[in-house]
Amino acid sequence: MNINLTMIGQAIAFFIFVVFCMKYVWPPIMAALQERQKKIADGLAASDRAARDLELAQEKSAQELREAKQQAAGLIEQANKRAAQIVEASKDDARKEGQKLIEQAKAEIEQERNQARDALRAEIATIAVAGAEKILETSVDASKHNEMLEKLAAEL
Amino acid sequence: MAGSASEYIQHHLQNLTYGKLPAGYERADGTVLQDATWTLAHTGREASDMGFWALHIDSLGWAVALGALFLFIFRLAAKRATSDQPGGLQNFVEVMVEFVDQSVKETFHGKNKVIAPLSLTIFCWVFLMNLMDLVPVDFLPQLFHLMGLEYMKVVPTTDVNVTLGMSLSVFALIIYYSLKVKGVGGFVGELTLHPFSSDNLFLKILLVPINFLLEGVSLIAKPISLALRLFGNLYAGELIFILIALLPFWAQWALSVPWAIFHILVITLQAFIFMMLTIVYLSMAHEDSH
Repeated sequence: MNINLTMIGQAIAFFIFVVFCMKYVWPPIMAALQERQKKIADGLAASDRAARDLELAQEKSAQELREAKQQAAGLIEQANKRAAQIVEASKDDARKEGQKLIEQAKAEIEQERNQARDALRAEIATIAVAGAEKILETSVDASKHNEMLEKLAAEL
Repeated sequence: MAGSASEYIQHHLQNLTYGKLPAGYERADGTVLQDATWTLAHTGREASDMGFWALHIDSLGWAVALGALFLFIFRLAAKRATSDQPGGLQNFVEVMVEFVDQSVKETFHGKNKVIAPLSLTIFCWVFLMNLMDLVPVDFLPQLFHLMGLEYMKVVPTTDVNVTLGMSLSVFALIIYYSLKVKGVGGFVGELTLHPFSSDNLFLKILLVPINFLLEGVSLIAKPISLALRLFGNLYAGELIFILIALLPFWAQWALSVPWAIFHILVITLQAFIFMMLTIVYLSMAHEDSH
């Protein structure tokens, strides 16, 4: 229990240790601790942000999907309409074409009939003359009766 | 047996002392010194006759060695400190640092770069010095006896010089920060105008000596109680270990093991109390309002 210089020695050692601790031990450890805290905080913030981004992206993708569906539906409808139009138009065309063909055919038929009729008319005149010759046993002067024969042919 | 027992105890409680003996001093072996001599004390009486100008080499040596060990380990961790995944040593050091930092932050709200490292040093150093108490009481003294050293007290905190040295350093810091934060006038005012104050100027002056007496005693009591609390606990603990060591060797474990286990709590607690009180005193020194 002697009080002596040991006390002073201890105080000096204490002072040196505290200064050493303050200069070389405490700051690096605290710096590491704070840096790690910051890292963790940053990491958490980043993960929060990523989660939010993911949510946004999901929402966006859903929206785009919806829009695309709508667009596709519109396109299909349009295409259907267009197809119907085309079918309608081609039907129309076909009908018109058919009509035209029919008309053409009719005109041709008419023409041919007229031709045939004309030919027949000429034939009939001859046949009639021949018939009349037979009946009359005389020749008929074609040129004399031509007028009358033509009248007859015209009546046919 | 009684004589040898008390000798044994006294021998264990004697520090290895190096100091100055005056001229004409008769030493324990009967020789008389011609001149004043610096030497190792051979008996307890010689040690106390050396007076103030003596050093307890064992206390100081162990204290410095343990403090250096603490700083070496922590410096090692501090050098390798990384903000990435910490290793085992760094984990341990970080736990200690965060624990001390937390304790400081809870109590001390000002800005001071000294208090936290100071508290860490106090806690770890006092803990290590206390820890020496758990080394079996005869182990190291016997070893040093073989090396020719008569006395060896291995627990620095059972030396009141060591605890006083630390608590007086803390006391110096208390005075320093009181003066720095409050100024000389503020500090003197704190010592003289509280706890009794009056609006009447005459009464105020009359109360100054009373206040100064009260505040002065409470101020002086801080380092004394700080030192004696730690010293008393460890000294008592050491003494009980020594008493247990007097038992026959086959019976010692029955008492020394429970006491050692209980002492684990005591040494940690005393280190913590020393640290906490230092923080409290220093934060009081920083607070302006009384």
